[in-house]
Amino acid sequence: MAKSENELTWQDLEPGCIVTTPGNTTDYKTGDWRSQRPKYNLERCLKCGVCALFCPEGCINKTPKGYFIANPYHCKGCGICAKECPAYVITMEEES
Amino acid sequence: MEDYNIFASRVVTKNEPLAPGHRACIGCGEVLAMRLAAKAFNKNTIVVNATGCMEIIASQVPYNSWRLPWIHTLFENAAAVASGIESAIKVLSRKNRIPEEEIHVVALGGDGATVDIGIQALSGAFERGHNITYICFDNEAYMNTGIQRSSATPFGASTTTSPAGKKSIGQSTWKKDTPSIMVAHNIPYVATACPSYPFDLMEKIEKALSTNGPSYIHIFSVCPTGWRTKSDLAIRLGRLAVETGVFPLYEVENGVYKMNKIETELKPLSLYTKPQGRFKHLNDDQLSAIEARIHSEYEALKEKCELTQVREDM
Ligand SMILES: Cc1ncc(C[n+]2csc(CCOP(=O)(O)OP(=O)(O)O)c2C)c(N)n1
Ligand code: SF4
Ligand SMILES: [Mg+2]
Repeated sequence: MAKSENELTWQDLEPGCIVTTPGNTTDYKTGDWRSQRPKYNLERCLKCGVCALFCPEGCINKTPKGYFIANPYHCKGCGICAKECPAYVITMEEES
Repeated sequence: MEDYNIFASRVVTKNEPLAPGHRACIGCGEVLAMRLAAKAFNKNTIVVNATGCMEIIASQVPYNSWRLPWIHTLFENAAAVASGIESAIKVLSRKNRIPEEEIHVVALGGDGATVDIGIQALSGAFERGHNITYICFDNEAYMNTGIQRSSATPFGASTTTSPAGKKSIGQSTWKKDTPSIMVAHNIPYVATACPSYPFDLMEKIEKALSTNGPSYIHIFSVCPTGWRTKSDLAIRLGRLAVETGVFPLYEVENGVYKMNKIETELKPLSLYTKPQGRFKHLNDDQLSAIEARIHSEYEALKEKCELTQVREDM
């Protein structure tokens, strides 16, 4: 896990601010930006994966059974998956 | 087809060069465009990124979302840096200093970075014929600094530097036709794309990367923050932009134009403008005037396709 910005000092930075662990934003939690979250009605799911394709975060992963579920650590709750799902599997409900 | 897996019922690569945890706004269509474009990059791709939302949201030190070699440039010189990298690769492989493998160089920029500030470097790179792909993510304003108009902002859109009011319709100039300017450089491949049509977008990126010589892709990118729309509309609005003729999907290979999706009847413009706060001040007369110009430009584009295709057949 990379140090958060708050803990970071200039001594921790590589020359030129090079980041040596590519793709390390996976550690960064964007899930707490969410004000609504996706709720799934999986009996209707066609397992087509359209939601995963259109997710701006790229945070919708395939479960072992072949369903597509958003990772709450990164999901910002935009609602695009709910809007685009052809089978109306997803509804957005207020984050508690 | 290496690294293509069956993904649900469709065939999409699982390759995800852009990691989650980036800081794009909720429902950003531009980062979706970048994510889908990146899916079509192979592992031998070097990414050069001009300043703008897409650079800033992906690279907050000590984090970086890219799983590919990636460099942040200034606003104005992404194409120049890409040219330099491409030339260095050429020299290094001539001297046998690097393995003989194809390495793609891709430059990314927003509309501000491309159609205004970086156009000189871009024009130079294309004129010199560097083997690079330049991708413009067009969200129709300088969004990262708070919605300032650019020359890609459409007529009538309200931005912080073209505010609508009693004496102003908002943006008072017509959107610059950047793809045509790129075509005028006689480069082998120019295309427009939109993430609402992901397969078309990814195929165009692949085509651009495999083109020998400069290639340019202009991607329509919905920005819910700057356009004042709901966060779940990026795909819908992209589709409507194509279906209303606001943003036609086409490609130009060696000067020959081809429409990728021809609308037999364009949908009413208001379907596209209604959900957007930046257009909410426009009245019906203003909308129909804008619509008329969009329709005539659409016809002109169709004509260009016919003419250049006939010329090629001769
Ligand atoms: C030379 C220079 N001028 C101004 C800025 C400030 N700046 C940073 S991002 C940005 C807006 C970028 O607009 P655009 O290229 O359209 O990308 P977007 O943020 O809309 O994706 C500006 C003005 C800068 N970084 N460098
Ligand atoms: S301002 Fe617009 S383009 Fe920039 S991250 Fe937010 S939604 Fe995306
Ligand atoms: Mg922009």
